[in-house]
Amino acid sequence: MENNVLLRVEDVWVQRPGAEVLRGVNLTVRRGEVHALLGLNGSGKTSLALTLMGCSGYEPGRGRVFFDGRDITDLPVTERARLGLTLAWQEPARFEGLPVADYLALGMKRPSRERIEEALKAVALSPLAYLGRTVNSALSGGERKRIELAAVYAMQPRLAILDEPDSGIDVLGIEDIMALIRRMADEGTSVLLITHRDEMAEAADTASLMCGGTIINTGTPAEVREYFARRCRPHENLLGSQPWGEEAGGTYQRVVAEGMRDE
Amino acid sequence: MSSHSLSRIKSSVLRQRDPAWTREFEAILKAYEQAGGRPDVLQTPRVASAVISGNQVLAVNQVEGVNIEAEELEHGIRARITVAPGTKVDYPVHLCFGMIAAEGLQEIISEFEIGEGAEVGFLAHCTFPNAVDLKHVMDAHIHVGPGATMRYSEGHYHGPHGGIEVLPTTHAQVDEGGRLESEFSLAHGRAGRLEIQFEVDVAARGVVELVAKAYGSAEDEIKVNEVVRLNGEGARGLTKTRVAVRDQATSEVYTTAEGNAPGAVGHMDCTEIVRGEAMARNVPVVVVRNDRARVTHEAAIGSVSKKELETLMARGLGEEEAVDIIIRGMLG
Repeated sequence: MENNVLLRVEDVWVQRPGAEVLRGVNLTVRRGEVHALLGLNGSGKTSLALTLMGCSGYEPGRGRVFFDGRDITDLPVTERARLGLTLAWQEPARFEGLPVADYLALGMKRPSRERIEEALKAVALSPLAYLGRTVNSALSGGERKRIELAAVYAMQPRLAILDEPDSGIDVLGIEDIMALIRRMADEGTSVLLITHRDEMAEAADTASLMCGGTIINTGTPAEVREYFARRCRPHENLLGSQPWGEEAGGTYQRVVAEGMRDE
Repeated sequence: MSSHSLSRIKSSVLRQRDPAWTREFEAILKAYEQAGGRPDVLQTPRVASAVISGNQVLAVNQVEGVNIEAEELEHGIRARITVAPGTKVDYPVHLCFGMIAAEGLQEIISEFEIGEGAEVGFLAHCTFPNAVDLKHVMDAHIHVGPGATMRYSEGHYHGPHGGIEVLPTTHAQVDEGGRLESEFSLAHGRAGRLEIQFEVDVAARGVVELVAKAYGSAEDEIKVNEVVRLNGEGARGLTKTRVAVRDQATSEVYTTAEGNAPGAVGHMDCTEIVRGEAMARNVPVVVVRNDRARVTHEAAIGSVSKKELETLMARGLGEEEAVDIIIRGMLG
């Protein structure tokens, strides 16, 4: 295994009730890399994130996951987190009565007030306004999203999986999230970034395109985008006769890939 | 038996009496502090307070507009607390109840009379650090006058043995435009046998909020029985119950909300978390006697949310640690 490889996913298959959500995924994330994971809704991105984190119900029926050279396929969530792997959920959980400061401190190696405030500022939230609040439903979805990202940042993981950190965030907030991702990378955290946004994907070092539960293309963000525009066509069952490809200025929101590997 | 009031006890609760009084007072204050209370507040003349240990009234402090009368009974005390109409009490009235002994009976018979337009908060700590075979019975009558507000928060702090019965019963009346907020919390130490009975009648534009939180383990038994009658036009009521049980503990929550007048709005919200072999039951009863009233309920009983659990585990917490944080947050 290459020395600079942090995460390697080898031929991972995951069966959920009624569906095979991952079908032979292969993926490599290198140290210090921001790796964008693209694909339409239902292509398997979130399933892959939950599988990598070791969440229950997402145990691979086949294949292996290696983190820093160690086989973590059978490790529970806690053990993976202690190795330096963590996940920011697409829809963050609510915690009734849990203060924001305590939530941020949970994953910190050496909790401190300064670090907690720094994490809040990193997601453009005022410590003064949020330290006295709890991570409950009184916070908007966007606020919980930022606090979730702050908690991941405060943890200083080796690999952060960010599942659509931009969803539910206002347009101005996208820049904050991009700045946070750059900051994490600068501080040594590798990022697996699941996103639908071109501008976020373009900030990545590498991109992979998922379709039908597997990764069909990997390259620079521009290469993957090019591949997508040229090689993908609409899934007739889903999108009928909508335009697709370059002629329609197609993006991955509007078309899906053929579901075939780029041999 | 003796009777105490401000006119007979000086405001300084540290006033020395006989050595037995001093020992008892120091012991209950120590328990109060261990339970999260601040003994220095009980020594502040501008904060109304009462310190009760067993059947002894150890100290009473009053402030302008707040009158506290306490009488010692064979197994407890009888107290009458009145707040004069229009009085806005700056600091919550601090009440310290408890028993240092391992065995016995403490009966607290209390009456709260909140005058028209008054506004007052109560912070009660009930500490039973050594309970092995002990019963704590409370019988409270509350009257919140027109336009008055009463906020009552009672926290229980029990020892590890579980040999305690806590049986609080409350009858309350909220007059027109009045507001009653009551919170009961038993989340530290063994719950033992807890049985809360609370009945409240609410007049026009009155508001009541009842919050009950408890954590049971081993063979603890928790029962909450609340009845809210929204009798006046525009009366509003909320019951919020949060209970977590583990091991072989049981939780039974019975709540009734009646919408008896136009514009009355009631809601019952119950969450119970069950771990191990524990059992939880929720029985909401909705009664509506007016076609312009509305009463709703929501209940969730089950294990800790998988997503909450895995989120905390993804920060490096072990499963039991994560469960504990989720439950403590809910009961916080």
